[in-house]
Amino acid sequence: MTTTPAGSAGRSPLARLEAVFAAHRAAGRKALAPFVTAGDPDPATSVAVLEAVDRAGASLCELGVPYSDPIADGPVIQSSYTRALASGITLESVFSIARQAADRVTMPILAMASYSLIFRRGIDRFVADAVAAGLTGLVVPDLPLEESDDLDAPCRAAGLALVRLVTPTTPPDRAEAIARKSTGFLYCVSVAGVTGARTELPAGLVDRVKWLRTKTDVPILVGFGISGPAQARAVAEVADGVIVGSALVRLLAEAGQKPRDRLLADIGAAVGDLAAACGPRK
Amino acid sequence: MPPTPSAAPPLSRVPDTLGRFGRFGGRYVPETLSAALDQLERAYADAHADPSFTAELDRLLSAFVGRPTPLLFAERLTKHAGGAQIWLKREDLSHTGAHKINNTLGQGLLAMRMGKRRIIAETGAGQHGVATATACARFGLDCVVYMGAEDVRRQSPNVRNMRLMGAEVRPVESGSRTLRDAINEAMRDWMASVETTHYIIGSVVGPHPFPRIVRDFQAVIGRETIEMSRRQFGRLPDTVVACVGGGSNAAGMFYPFVDHPEVRLVGVEAGGRSGKPGDHAASLSFGSPGILHGSLSYVLQDQDGQTADVHSVSAGLDYPGVGPEHSYWRDLGRVEYTSVTDAEALDAFDLVARREGILPALETSHALAWAADEAAKRPADEIIVVCLSGRGDKDAAEIARLRGLAADGGPESGA
Repeated sequence: MTTTPAGSAGRSPLARLEAVFAAHRAAGRKALAPFVTAGDPDPATSVAVLEAVDRAGASLCELGVPYSDPIADGPVIQSSYTRALASGITLESVFSIARQAADRVTMPILAMASYSLIFRRGIDRFVADAVAAGLTGLVVPDLPLEESDDLDAPCRAAGLALVRLVTPTTPPDRAEAIARKSTGFLYCVSVAGVTGARTELPAGLVDRVKWLRTKTDVPILVGFGISGPAQARAVAEVADGVIVGSALVRLLAEAGQKPRDRLLADIGAAVGDLAAACGPRK
Repeated sequence: MPPTPSAAPPLSRVPDTLGRFGRFGGRYVPETLSAALDQLERAYADAHADPSFTAELDRLLSAFVGRPTPLLFAERLTKHAGGAQIWLKREDLSHTGAHKINNTLGQGLLAMRMGKRRIIAETGAGQHGVATATACARFGLDCVVYMGAEDVRRQSPNVRNMRLMGAEVRPVESGSRTLRDAINEAMRDWMASVETTHYIIGSVVGPHPFPRIVRDFQAVIGRETIEMSRRQFGRLPDTVVACVGGGSNAAGMFYPFVDHPEVRLVGVEAGGRSGKPGDHAASLSFGSPGILHGSLSYVLQDQDGQTADVHSVSAGLDYPGVGPEHSYWRDLGRVEYTSVTDAEALDAFDLVARREGILPALETSHALAWAADEAAKRPADEIIVVCLSGRGDKDAAEIARLRGLAADGGPESGA
């Protein structure tokens, strides 16, 4: 079994992610990063969802690893994790979903995983499994700067991005330190609060992103609370991209009530609208 | 002359500046909470060094809580066990009926120092919720308490009392609808409200600096026990025992004793129905190191790190994690941790009710069960002190239900 997808031999996972941002800059468009839960409603559908998201114009994708106690997540993603775990999803099946999708899509895929799961598996083993699954990076929402050295070193050695988060409550000097450490991109959390679609962009977001822009060269993606194309367009004007989670995961909750083709078409349409808001088609 | 190698530093000199108790503890939380935890750490350091803060807390502990709580010789329980003497540290006599108030008053004062006027808390048995509602009423702070829906049902007297003191109780319907889920919801509230709200966590769990702050506010239990032991029987006890869920009464009792190696310390966890996964809540007895609710400690989890379902007849012990300092003491061998089943705890409740005229909390009944059993094996000149962490009025109806008794003690009428 090969551990690098066709066409990317010799490049590190991080380099593949960086190449996507470089191509976007050259094309004058911003990145769209949808978030979908691995294994909701089932592994086969997850692979198909990732393919649909890729076809519809996603630049990269965050694959949410279900966790039993996600304190940073609002009700939509929590429920999605609960459904996935109830259907018997394990870390093995998450890596298998990523592996199957990585062979079929062009967009890089990152895992969003609680540090509880990474620590339990063993940091080195988790990193090796992530690379073998074709993942390009990790987003670890419950791992602040002070605790992240243990994961940082193996990620650097493996060429895996370790995306850090800054939030509205992060003081400026700390935000700079976090930005310096972040690889792949910097995740700018738009609001103080949990994940979940919101109707309005928070006050001060645009200024915060502009300020961050003066402090770091790493791409800045904005997430939490972005629900539709209008917000995506507004954010894309100042940031390098947008992350949309709950608004798409909400569609996964409807999986039981409609045929799979219809589910994939709905998700594809939603991603397509968001991608169109991010600039010329990729 | 080179310095001579000194003895190992005292066990009490933890945590370090990153909140580590050995390898346990730390701060594994979303970045949104980092600034508030830094602020809390600074406010606590500042308060700790401020004699006026300590003086105000001491005044409250005395006149409002009724401290010091007595150390009582359990004469008829001792006679029943037929061995070592059993003494009870009467935290059940504290205002609100449990040790929890020691912490909520301290943290309430801290919240006001930080200019925060809204308080949130989680509660399992409801004792911490009541103690938080009480502190908020006393200080004039807004109070929201998250409580698992299952616990709202089985601890209804405490729900009523919280509401009577003006707190809003929000039942949590997610997950297992118990303490763990209540903590998740409180954390989520805090994520969105952190700039104006203080989270009064109720046990020695959570991200740094909570395990240290809660331990320090509860350590009054152990300090009083040491002083009273010296006064009442002229020496330290041979054994000190406390129940352990998250572990706040045990941490407060044990901490002043850890540097007295001659005193045996025993923590009693919830053994539930059996030792099978899902049947108990004994993290230190059956768990493995993992991260839950912001710190590294022993956790009941599956092979992927998903938190396991747990069970205990006692809502306050029905928790899959434990404070990181207990994990530290466990691995050092300084504290022994064992477990007692639901049935043994219920029997101890009956025993202490009938022999001592005290209705102990079901949580505490776990420690009492171990103590009565152990006393029988030890000579009469040995002394066992039990931290009687709370009163059991809240449990009386649930025990009657489990025992098939109507609340008036007669047979179920079905009416």
